[in-house]
Amino acid sequence: MTHSENAVYHVHRDDVGAKMGMWLFLFTEVLLFGGMFLIYAVYRYQFPDQFRVAAMELNTGIGTLNTVILLTSSLTVALSIAAMQKKNKFLSILLLSITILFALMFMVNKYFEWSAKFSHGIYPGSEELLNRPDGQILFYGLYYVMTGLHGLHVIIGVIILIFMLVFIIRNKITFNNYVKLENSGLYWHLVDLIWIFLFPLFYLIQ
Amino acid sequence: MSDNSSTVSTKSFYQQSTNKYSGILSWLLTVDHKRIGLMYLVTIGFFFLVGVTFGVLIRLELISPGPTLMDAQTYNSFFTLHGVIMIFLFIIPGLPAIFGNFFLPLQIGARDVAFPRLNLLSYYLYVTGAILALLAVLLPGGAIDTGWTFYIPYSVRSSTNISLPLLAAFVLGFSSILTGLNFITTVHRLRAPGMTFFKMPLFVWSTYATAWIQIIATPIVGITILLVIIERFFGVGIFDPALGGDPILFQHLFWIYSHPAVYIMILPAMGVVSEIIPTFARRTIFGYKAIAMSSLAIAFVGYLVWAHHMFTSGMSDEARWIFSLLTFLVALPSGVKIFNWIATMYKGSIDPKAPFLWVMNFIFLFSIGGLTGLVLGSLATDIHVHDTYFVVAHFHFVMFGGTGTIFFAALHYWFPKMFGRMYNAKLANVSIVFFFVGFMMLYFPKFIMGYMGMPRRYYDYLPQFEPLQQISTVGSWILASTILFIFSYLIYALFKGPKASSNPWGGVTLEWHISSPPTLENFHEIPTITHEPYDFSQLKEMQHDA
Repeated sequence: MTHSENAVYHVHRDDVGAKMGMWLFLFTEVLLFGGMFLIYAVYRYQFPDQFRVAAMELNTGIGTLNTVILLTSSLTVALSIAAMQKKNKFLSILLLSITILFALMFMVNKYFEWSAKFSHGIYPGSEELLNRPDGQILFYGLYYVMTGLHGLHVIIGVIILIFMLVFIIRNKITFNNYVKLENSGLYWHLVDLIWIFLFPLFYLIQ
Repeated sequence: MSDNSSTVSTKSFYQQSTNKYSGILSWLLTVDHKRIGLMYLVTIGFFFLVGVTFGVLIRLELISPGPTLMDAQTYNSFFTLHGVIMIFLFIIPGLPAIFGNFFLPLQIGARDVAFPRLNLLSYYLYVTGAILALLAVLLPGGAIDTGWTFYIPYSVRSSTNISLPLLAAFVLGFSSILTGLNFITTVHRLRAPGMTFFKMPLFVWSTYATAWIQIIATPIVGITILLVIIERFFGVGIFDPALGGDPILFQHLFWIYSHPAVYIMILPAMGVVSEIIPTFARRTIFGYKAIAMSSLAIAFVGYLVWAHHMFTSGMSDEARWIFSLLTFLVALPSGVKIFNWIATMYKGSIDPKAPFLWVMNFIFLFSIGGLTGLVLGSLATDIHVHDTYFVVAHFHFVMFGGTGTIFFAALHYWFPKMFGRMYNAKLANVSIVFFFVGFMMLYFPKFIMGYMGMPRRYYDYLPQFEPLQQISTVGSWILASTILFIFSYLIYALFKGPKASSNPWGGVTLEWHISSPPTLENFHEIPTITHEPYDFSQLKEMQHDA
């Protein structure tokens, strides 16, 4: 059917439905990380002492800094949505850009943190790590996998937010049609929320 | 419909596309739920036949003791591929992705699903997963040989291509999640005016319950599979006991998904049964609310029983009897359904056409499968038959005898609506008989062999099992030929069959109110619902309208 008059298909818009779908998706994300928190709980219960010893080696300073960065970025993305609702396109763009900047800062810190660990010979399969007791191997296995998967979510979040930035600039997202931005904001809050659980579990409980 | 229909388009969805392309691209890029449903039908049908082929080959290997056709390693790969393909590529997506896509929007009076483009993405994720799963066969290193359960530590240490099929299962899970959240949103947001939750057809109810299991259970297996892949690639210690990990923990996480997945497979089938029986008994469904609620009850209790797969793996006695008790509880809502279906037929004016006969086949086979499930759910008897052919027979009766049979029932029930053509009723009836005979010959001897101690997945067996193994293999030939025969007459009917009317069976749910095949937008005007879903008094008005 190449004739355009045959394209009777209506594009259907339903903001409530779109948000419902997003919440369901976030729910599956929570369960995905929930599986890992479950594994963490089982092994922490099995090796409480070794988990404590291993956790002492993590850099609490850098972890705290990243927590502050990520929490603030959650604020700026929420403000960006509020700015859009109030028809202030410029402010919305500015706040969204700041959010993306924060996200990149988080990843840079993560890079330094991981490479410091690598230089001490602590990485999966390394001789240094394999010579340690089982509980510590498991702790670092979980540390790399959980913060790694979270980092992957941060990267995906940055990509989504960049798309939103382009949509705002091109007026695809406007003050009366901003559900995409809102859903991206929800995703970003989830990334933040997961970090709020990861941070104490790895850095603070000692 | 009425006189003013000349102003609105009467072209079917085959003649009208959602995009500007024609030919094959108008299908590949479509966002129409009906076309996507049909693309799933073709793809899933193809992989079903691939799975059947592997099944027939492993059965052929077992026709006599010792090496017959292939070496032991090939045999291990073949039964693994049979399981992976049948479970992840056929039974899990089969009913929801094909018939859910096509009929869920029709039955609630919607023009499409809530997220049509996401729906197309789910389809392509499915195709990607399917390709990844089969790619492993062609690559050096050999096909996966762990069995479809991917148990640790063998799945970390085996040198065959494990990671690709695991990645495939992850991608297919993603596809399943997206389909599930699409259906949930569709049911909540797009029901026609007047269609309250308790006026929804029961197929919608069961697909809705299934969608919830899809999004709640699948992420857990997703992360578990991902962890095994990470463990294989980077040597991260999570499950491998050499690194302090706990293989039993893997089994728990695996079954936390894979047991509820059993209900992802069977619930939509039960929904189809609840559609077919009222239509052919010309009588409203008995216990509508009980059937609807029992779907949710099965979905809920189904979560809490996973460890009954692990009675011999090492668990405390308390855990074992609690899981055994909970397993028995699932029998209650399942029983509610069976009895309500039977009660619906009581004093009905039964018209035993092919879809109805398929359902009778289902009730018989599924009851055998369900009752033998109780043998496996009891602690003492499970120890005796654990990991034997008894288990294999049990799950083939519930999965193939249950969901597989209903796949054919749904295909025969909705064929005229999907394609606007009718198949040959006599051939359909004959094939049901052969299906039943082949099925019983193939799987029933496995109960006996299992009880006698024949372990599952073994390449070789003792001479005393030979007669029963041979009956089983001959059964597989009958069953496979019947399946090919069914596909042949259906494909013939697709091109040469007589035109079907809009309501050949006298059904009353919304899909029977519209033309066969439906138009692109399904309804010229979104209907307002006043009747109960199975109120056959509307049949007269419908005939009058037509």
